[in-house]
Amino acid sequence: MASLIKNIKSSFRKMTTSIKTFFWDLRRASNARKKKIGAYLDKKNLNLATKFPGWARALVYLSPALIVLSVFTFWPIINSFRLMLYEGYNMSNNTITGYTIFGNFIKVINDESFLFAASHTEGTAVMNTLIIVFISVPVSIFLSLFISVALNSIKPLKGFFQTIYFLPYVTNTIAIGLVIAYMFKADGGLVNTLFGLGKYSWVEQGAEYWRSMFVLIFYATWGTLAFKIMVFLTSIQGIDKQYYQAAAIDATPRRRIFSRITVPLISPMIFYILVTSVIGSFKIYNQIVALFGVTGRPAGANYTMQSIVMYIYQYIDGGGNNLSIAAAGSLILFGIILVLTLVQMQASKKRVHY
Amino acid sequence: MELRLENLTKIFTNKTGTDLTAVDDLSITIESGTLVGLLGPSGCGKSTTLFMIAGLLKPTRGKIFFGEDDVTRLAPEKRGIGLVFQNYALYPHMTVYKNIMFPLENMDVPRDEAIQRVKDMAELVGIGSMLDRKPAQLSGGQQQRVAIARALVKKPRVLLLDEPLSNLDARLRLQMREEIKRIQRETGITTVFVTHDQEEAMSISDKMVVLDFGVQQQYSAPQEMYNTPANLFVAKFLGNPPINSFEAEVKGGFLMLNDQKFMKFKEVKDASYILGMRPEHFKVSEKDSEEKIKVDIKDIFHVGRDTMIHFELNGQNIRALVDSDSVGDKDKTVDLTCKRKRVYIFDKDTGKVINHG
Repeated sequence: MASLIKNIKSSFRKMTTSIKTFFWDLRRASNARKKKIGAYLDKKNLNLATKFPGWARALVYLSPALIVLSVFTFWPIINSFRLMLYEGYNMSNNTITGYTIFGNFIKVINDESFLFAASHTEGTAVMNTLIIVFISVPVSIFLSLFISVALNSIKPLKGFFQTIYFLPYVTNTIAIGLVIAYMFKADGGLVNTLFGLGKYSWVEQGAEYWRSMFVLIFYATWGTLAFKIMVFLTSIQGIDKQYYQAAAIDATPRRRIFSRITVPLISPMIFYILVTSVIGSFKIYNQIVALFGVTGRPAGANYTMQSIVMYIYQYIDGGGNNLSIAAAGSLILFGIILVLTLVQMQASKKRVHY
Repeated sequence: MELRLENLTKIFTNKTGTDLTAVDDLSITIESGTLVGLLGPSGCGKSTTLFMIAGLLKPTRGKIFFGEDDVTRLAPEKRGIGLVFQNYALYPHMTVYKNIMFPLENMDVPRDEAIQRVKDMAELVGIGSMLDRKPAQLSGGQQQRVAIARALVKKPRVLLLDEPLSNLDARLRLQMREEIKRIQRETGITTVFVTHDQEEAMSISDKMVVLDFGVQQQYSAPQEMYNTPANLFVAKFLGNPPINSFEAEVKGGFLMLNDQKFMKFKEVKDASYILGMRPEHFKVSEKDSEEKIKVDIKDIFHVGRDTMIHFELNGQNIRALVDSDSVGDKDKTVDLTCKRKRVYIFDKDTGKVINHG
C-alpha cells in the first residue's frame, strides 16, 4: 500500500516536472522566435517601432477602441447632424424632400410637449427634465455626502449599512420602479398607510402633476444614492487620519470639520459626481417608464411626465419618418449638457482642490 | 507649564486577546520651559507616550498632569496642546495663512488679534513671505515651519513634536534642529519631542528620556547621559560610532584585559562583567606610569583628524578613535589607556552600571 502511494507520488512528480519542462522549452522557443522575427524585421527595415513615426504607431495601438467608438458613438453623432438637416425624410424608401438648417429645431421647440406646454396641459419634456435635474442632483449629492460621513463614523454594523445603501445599485431599475409605485399606491400603499393619508393618489388616476413629480424625484434621488455613497465613502476613507487628529486638537466642531476639511479634500470626487450625475439625470428614461409607462402619462392625467430622452424615443418609434425631429431633439439635449458641463468646469476651478 | 507623568501605562490588546505593553509605568517630571526628547528604537513606545500626552490615546493606567491640572481624562482639544505631526498634516487645500489661522477660528479671539497673531507667528518661524502659498508649493523645511506655527499660534501650554525631523534631508535636518531650539527658547514653551535619532535628541534637548520596550531607561541631560549611562542599553544606544562592549573579568580587584592587569577597581567584586568603552575615550598612553594595555593593531584607518584602530580585547573586535599623530602607520602594537571614570562596568544579568567611584 505504502509503496503504491510512493509510486503514484513519484510518477506524479515526474509528470509535473515534464510539463514544467515542456512549458519552459516552449517559452525559450517563443523567445528565440521573437528575437529572430525582430532581427528579420530590423534587417528588412520593417520594424514598426523604428519605421513608423510615433503618431502612426499610436493610431495602430488605439485602433480597437477607435473602431468600436466610431461605429457606436462617433458615426451616430455625425449621423444625427445629417438627419437634422433633412426635410421630409422617409426611411422606407430613403428619400427627402429638401434640406433645412433650423426647420427641425423650430418644429421641436414649437412642439407643445417639448418646451412650452399648451394651456390645458402641464409638464413638457424640457421642463420635467430640468426639474428632475435641478432637484434630484443637489439633493442626492447632499444626502449621499451626509450618509457617507455618517457611515464612516460608525464602527459596529458598518459593513451591514454599506451593503444596505449599496443595494439600489445592483437592483434592476424597473424592479425598483414597480416597488416604488406599489409603495405609493393609493389603495393600501405603504406611504398612505404609514402616514395615515387615506386613499391619497400619488401616481395613479387623480394624482396632480407635483405629486407624480415628487414620487419620480424621490425615486430618481434614491436610485442614484448608492453609487454616490460608494464613491464618497471610499474617498473619505482615503483621507489621512492625521488631518482629523490635527483638527481635533484644535477643538474644531464637527460641522466645521465637515465643511472645511472633509468636503474640500474630496472636492475632486464631488465634482466628478456632480458632472456625471447632471449628465445622467438629463438622460433620465428608465425611471419614468417604470412609474408611468412608455407614454409618460399617468392614467387620465392632463399632464405628461415625459423627459427629453422619452421625447426623442417617441419620434424614433414613429416608423422612422420623424427621425429628423428626434435628431434635432437629441442635438438640443447635447447642447444643454455641453453648456452646463462647461459652466460646471469653469465654476469648479476655484472650488475644487486637486 | 510643568508636565508630569505618573505611572503612565498603555497596554494594547489585539484581536487575538494578547496584551502588548507599549508604555510601562513611566514617571517623568518635565520642568516648565524645557525641551525634552523622548528617545528610543522604533516600537519602544515613544510615540504612544506622546499621543497619550496629546490625548489622542487613552492611558490604561497612570496620570498626566499639566501643572496642577489632572488632564488624564480630558479630551485633546481641552488640554491646550500644540501637536506637530510627523508628516505635518497641513491641510493641502488651504494657504499657509489659512492653515495657521485654522486653530484660531475655533477660539474666541477677536479678528484683528487673530490676524496679528498669525503674522507674528509666521515671522517667528521665518515664513512671513510665504503666507499665500499652498503647502504643496513649500519645501519640507518650510512645511515643518508652518506646522510649528500652526501648533504654536493658539498659545498652547505644551508643544508636542512627533519625529519632527525625520522627513527632512540631512542638511535641512541640521538647520531645522537649530530652528526648533531657537523657537522653543524664544517662546519658552514646554516642549516634548519624539525621535529615534540619538544625535538629534542629544543636540537639541535640555533633557532626554530613553525608552526601551516602554520602560524608562534613563532621564537626564544629554551629555550626562552620554558620560554616565545608567545601563548597557543606554550606553549602546547613544554614541556614534557605537560603544565597544565585551565580557571582562575582575580578578583580585584588577580588571583583566587580554590577560593583562588593566586597572584596579577596589569597590568592584571579583566576577565576570560586561565592559563598555567608547571608541573616543581611548587614548594612546605616553607615560610609563599610567594604567594601560598593550594591544596588537589589526587595522588602522585615518579619518581626518582622528585615526581608527581596530584590535582585539578578550576575543572581541574593538575600535578606538585616537589622535592621528599619536600612532604611526607602521606600528604593530600600541599602548592604550582610558580615563577611569570612562570605563563602564555593567552587571552581566541586569545590565545596570556598577558604580566604581
